[in-house]
Amino acid sequence: MKHKKAKKYGMVIDLDKCTGCGSCMVACMAENNVPFRKDESDKLLSITWMRIYKLTNGKPFPNIDICYLPRPCMHCEGQHEGHSPCVTVCPAIATDYSIETGIVSQIYTRCFGCRYCMASCPYHARYFNWWDPVWPDGMEKYLSPNVSPRMRGVVEKCSFCFHRYQMAKEKAFMEGRRELKEDEYQTACTQACPAGAITFGDLNNPNHAVHRMVKPDLKHHGRPTNPNAFRLLERLGTNPKVYYLSSREWVRRAGDNYLEKEVKLKKTVHHG
Amino acid sequence: MSALDNNAKEIAKDAGDEGVTTSSPEINQKEQDNRSAGPVILFFIFGLFASLILGWIIFPKLLYSKKKQPIDFNHVLHVAEVEDGCESCHFFREDGTYSGVPKLEQCIDCHEEIQGDSPDEIKFVEEYVSKGREVPWLIYSRQPDCVFFSHAAHVKVAGMDCVTCHGHIGESESLKIYEENRITGYSRDIWGKSIGGFKKNTWDRMKMDDCAECHQEKTANIERTDVKTPTNRLIDHLIDVVYPGTSKSGKGSSIQTERDACFVCHK
Repeated sequence: MKHKKAKKYGMVIDLDKCTGCGSCMVACMAENNVPFRKDESDKLLSITWMRIYKLTNGKPFPNIDICYLPRPCMHCEGQHEGHSPCVTVCPAIATDYSIETGIVSQIYTRCFGCRYCMASCPYHARYFNWWDPVWPDGMEKYLSPNVSPRMRGVVEKCSFCFHRYQMAKEKAFMEGRRELKEDEYQTACTQACPAGAITFGDLNNPNHAVHRMVKPDLKHHGRPTNPNAFRLLERLGTNPKVYYLSSREWVRRAGDNYLEKEVKLKKTVHHG
Repeated sequence: MSALDNNAKEIAKDAGDEGVTTSSPEINQKEQDNRSAGPVILFFIFGLFASLILGWIIFPKLLYSKKKQPIDFNHVLHVAEVEDGCESCHFFREDGTYSGVPKLEQCIDCHEEIQGDSPDEIKFVEEYVSKGREVPWLIYSRQPDCVFFSHAAHVKVAGMDCVTCHGHIGESESLKIYEENRITGYSRDIWGKSIGGFKKNTWDRMKMDDCAECHQEKTANIERTDVKTPTNRLIDHLIDVVYPGTSKSGKGSSIQTERDACFVCHK
């Protein structure tokens, strides 16, 4: 076990393909034992690791255009690798950044629920459990044993289905391998998407589809070199590992929250 | 003159009378103080011992409920019969997961009918095999939900022995009493037999500290040159300057803890 090449798992979501059907949200909730309540009408309180937002260009009828934007946890790399907004503020080290996989973890048993990470996350990807989960009668038998259920008072978020990585690793070990193939570790949302809009893989590996699609500039925190690719709130410098593709300019501009009169894309904040 | 003033005068008078008479009992009081110091110290010593006994002997006994396994099992007898050692019954599945405690399916090959004359076997065949019910074994090493443990990684890749974590269970002739923590519901094998948390052997405890201890030792030898944090590099550099070639940091994959990342063992 010498000199293992670090991985950087990431996701590419093609917004031109996304129909906003919500399969990814459903698959995610089922896969990760995400709790829900009887009354989910207040969406500010519902927990959705993967959530679809609806964007619109705000123009009147003939020119109106809408776009659905699925938003998992961005697993931000930060200005220096591992300095994601949420991870740096956690006072309990309940969330950490692994340089081996590039995944931001969340350890529910360690979290004490101060919600500082939620405040620092610019993507609203983190959710707080205001109540203990209550499963409808008999449903606890359908929970996945590979994901630990959360309790009241802790924060949770998308883990890029990390348990699937663990399981895939186990299988690889059994077959005497150390490295995973691209299709062995895929998230639930990726597999559920009927339009094939979500692609998942190792951004560091040039053979993986995600790398080929966005061509990340790894010297500059993985800034996409594909002109159609963008990351959410790029200029905050969080350097997310979730990329979006869109051929529509207004969508790409909306992704970085541009002001009305702003014209050109400024260079990203200087890298420290 | 009001009634209030009268009262005040009387009180003052009483106080003056007492002041005169107290001079001689004061000396007696001091002598008494010296004599009562002994019992007071003794009281605290007794109190200390009582709380020590309460905390170290009585409380642990109250904390753990003792449960017997549904039927007894003789490991020695079975190990002698099988070919592959532990893995004959506690096997790996093809997808790398570990089967853990055997199900009836594994036992049924030999135990469809009663083999010997042990009362436990008779009970096993009559109550479980013939009725097709699984034995509700109490699992000594059951970990909390949030723990991910890969047997494949430890046994197949790291080549660890079962004994390292599970002890010499394969050499036991009967199953020990299962002690369950009344508060947490976990087996005593997790905390360990010693209530003080001391351990002599690697298999005495199964807490997170024990996993971390071994991971720290073993992964220190693994060279991960491409996974280093700026802090790590600085520490490495400082240590290298003072004690060349001894720096140990920078081996973990977590930027925050500089050990193995949380998601290695958690899920």
